[in-house]
Amino acid sequence: MSFLDRSGGPAPAAPEPEEFALELPSDLRHIESVVAYLENRLRELEYGGPRLTLNFRVGMCEALANAMIYGNGRDATKRVRVSVTLDRARVSLMVSDEGAGFDPDCVPDPTAPANRERTGGRGIFLLRKLMDEVEYNACGNAVRLVLNREGPVRSRASGE
Amino acid sequence: MSFQVSKSNGVVAVDVDGQLIVGNRQELKQKVLDELEGGERKFMIDFANTGYIDSSGLGVLVSLSKKIREQNGELRLANLNEDLRTLFELTKLDTLFNIADSRDQALASF
Repeated sequence: MSFLDRSGGPAPAAPEPEEFALELPSDLRHIESVVAYLENRLRELEYGGPRLTLNFRVGMCEALANAMIYGNGRDATKRVRVSVTLDRARVSLMVSDEGAGFDPDCVPDPTAPANRERTGGRGIFLLRKLMDEVEYNACGNAVRLVLNREGPVRSRASGE
Repeated sequence: MSFQVSKSNGVVAVDVDGQLIVGNRQELKQKVLDELEGGERKFMIDFANTGYIDSSGLGVLVSLSKKIREQNGELRLANLNEDLRTLFELTKLDTLFNIADSRDQALASF
């Protein structure tokens, strides 16, 4: 990494977080490549393990799918914007769509026995389980996600 | 990503290579339903080469499980890695599916 190459001098200050934005049409086929691109960027910053392969990949996939399907109604002319801020400690993402928004608190618990055989309704649940911070804006058409590089893994033994 | 279907000893095996997500879940669903409509009743989905599954992918598995059961068929899942096991446990879908540690174990369980 470039900031580790400044050997010989005083300890370098922590590098500024990197910021960039992606904008994509509401086409579900783009999701995998966007997740893969962001995953690779995180690997460069030494993210890895289940927090990357499970928490990040699935969480990001859910956020993009929600924006395209429920936010933009699968209208390919409507865009999804992903603003990314990342450094070696955490990645913060703002995923916004052009929809009217929704109430994220009106989602039934998909793990309740009565809901377990439902084919849908797990997206928001997974997003909240897998990301460290999930915060919707007031009208529900943008969500801010934070995942720390280090942190508790949702291990099978943890009972999560 | 792709779904390879093979048959042996009366069991339809589907290998999920890559992701099972919102963008490709219908392809898996259709392949299994085609076999179900063709009279097959024993199904095994092998995740040995799977990356990640999202909520839509889980939804398709739930849907297929129901449709197979309605036709008095059986579905086994095999070779879930640690991430996938965690995902199934988070969603409590581990209680809904018959999950085998290996392909051989899944095939032997019919």
